[in-house]
Amino acid sequence: MSTYLRVVSDADVGVRLADPARPPSIASETQLRSVLASLAGVDAVGAEARAAKLATRSIKTASKRPALDTIISMIDLTTLEGADTPERVASMCDKARRPDPHDPSTPSVAAVCVYPDLVAGAKSRLVGSSVAVAAVATAFPSGRASLAVKLLDVADAVAAGADEIDMVIDRGAFLSGRLGQVFDEIVSVKSACGTAHLKVILETGELVTYDNVRRASWLAMLAGADFIKTSTGKVSVAATAPVALVMLEAVRDFAESTGRLVGVKVAGGIRSAKDAIRYLVIVNETAGSAWMRPELFRFGASSLLNDVLMQRLRQTRGVYVRPEEFSAD
Amino acid sequence: MSERLDVRKTYKLVINGAFVRSESGRSYEVRNAAGEFWANVAQGSRKDVRDAVKAARAAQAGWWTATAYNRGQVLFRLAEMAEARREELSQHVAAAEGVGGADAHASVARGIDRIVWYAGWTDKVAQVLGGANPVAGPFFNFSLPVPSGVVGVLAPQDSSFEGFVDTVLAPLAVGNAVVVATSETRPTPGLLLGEMSATSDFPAGVLNVISGLTRELAPTLASHEDVDGLDLEGAGDDHDELAAAAAASIKRVRRAGAGDYAASSTSRLRSFVETSTVWHTIGR
Repeated sequence: MSTYLRVVSDADVGVRLADPARPPSIASETQLRSVLASLAGVDAVGAEARAAKLATRSIKTASKRPALDTIISMIDLTTLEGADTPERVASMCDKARRPDPHDPSTPSVAAVCVYPDLVAGAKSRLVGSSVAVAAVATAFPSGRASLAVKLLDVADAVAAGADEIDMVIDRGAFLSGRLGQVFDEIVSVKSACGTAHLKVILETGELVTYDNVRRASWLAMLAGADFIKTSTGKVSVAATAPVALVMLEAVRDFAESTGRLVGVKVAGGIRSAKDAIRYLVIVNETAGSAWMRPELFRFGASSLLNDVLMQRLRQTRGVYVRPEEFSAD
Repeated sequence: MSERLDVRKTYKLVINGAFVRSESGRSYEVRNAAGEFWANVAQGSRKDVRDAVKAARAAQAGWWTATAYNRGQVLFRLAEMAEARREELSQHVAAAEGVGGADAHASVARGIDRIVWYAGWTDKVAQVLGGANPVAGPFFNFSLPVPSGVVGVLAPQDSSFEGFVDTVLAPLAVGNAVVVATSETRPTPGLLLGEMSATSDFPAGVLNVISGLTRELAPTLASHEDVDGLDLEGAGDDHDELAAAAAASIKRVRRAGAGDYAASSTSRLRSFVETSTVWHTIGR
């Protein structure tokens, strides 16, 4: 077992594989099915109540400042618009490197997240900074292309210098029960990534049930995902607190049974510092403090950063500030 | 049969077109001029001010780009709503200000007439405050009055309806969005007018009404950097301090006046406008 693991009591752990000491190496679709079938169902009411309860924690003033800085350091600053231009991405990269020009003590964000054709430009703009470049690949956001096309998409982004790849799973295949196909795709993409980190987008808004979220999380982790991510941000139901809770339970339980720590990225619809702080509470209370770092938890967001910076500046100046203090992109 | 119980009303804030209890959950007791219990009123907090300013900022552009005629219609509609509730307003003014029924009625009537007066001004300010400037060159040169943006108003502490109407309607008429802190001890007529705005086609966020302790609300409103103008009519003793706080973010500040709200002066109308000057070539 990994030394990273916090001590988890039996009561803490909702799900266990048959034999936690021996992580399953998946050899066949049958075996995959049996592993996923062995996962307990999610208590939907319980998960929602737990998430709502955690949202009532009050993080203010002295503890809010470090929370805000932690959030900034966990942000994947994202632009995924058809109208993106290299110039817009360059300006976003500058912002990622130094989010608040008023205050050099502001941490850089974790990464910028762009379409593959904009990776090279972002990479060169970020030379000498700690900010990674993430690319969405595999026919983002729908994932509706042949495996060959998806792999080319990934190879292209990796060749352009992407440090992280955000792939989407084939939700159609998952929902119609072709789990082996989804698994194989993730394995193939992972090997196409080389040294790049792989984030697997489950698009939980399209998975319908929490049980599906839990199964898809395990499937992705078994297939080698470095991160599991909630959403593309392109469907109406994006990240929600209960879904994040279920995914964090999954990474916790996966770590418990395999010793490998998998990260979680919540994306889509997180616009306020208040929401982000609520997610931090859920992370800490569900997966544990080991996940409270950018290597294991990320926010995929664009407008969130400005709200966090405004709150931060408000603490510094003592007055409410205007949104125009910070650039839109 | 048992005696019917009164349905008592707690007066709520108007923020972004919604009637909300304060973010803080607090309320306070308002007493009439004789010192008897009059109503429970939501006690706004600095976060309510923050939310209101955010709503006002989002609403202001739409309010200004609506036609002046349309703004006039909306303000006139507010007068229509107030007219229908004159009796209720008069009772509140009488209780708050300790005046007799006839005086309260007269005061409310003047206030409603003032709303109509401001409604009429919406499509006339441009002609009066703007104009064509003669320039030595082949250009048209126009000066146009444009709104300051988001205006914070500390409504008069004494004149609960007339004063409220005058300080709030003036910035609205020229296209500003308003966040108003009511009189601390006489808030109900202003809150009622806020309720009426909900049935007067006001876009959400254009008029936000917050009741509470002036010493809590005023500093936040004065120091908020996203507020462009501040009317200090109801500031009281903290007047100069608030003006200084407003200066830090270069707000347009209107200092407290003599309190004659009935006089048909356009001075308040001129308080929260900027002048935008446009050059345009003369064609052939």
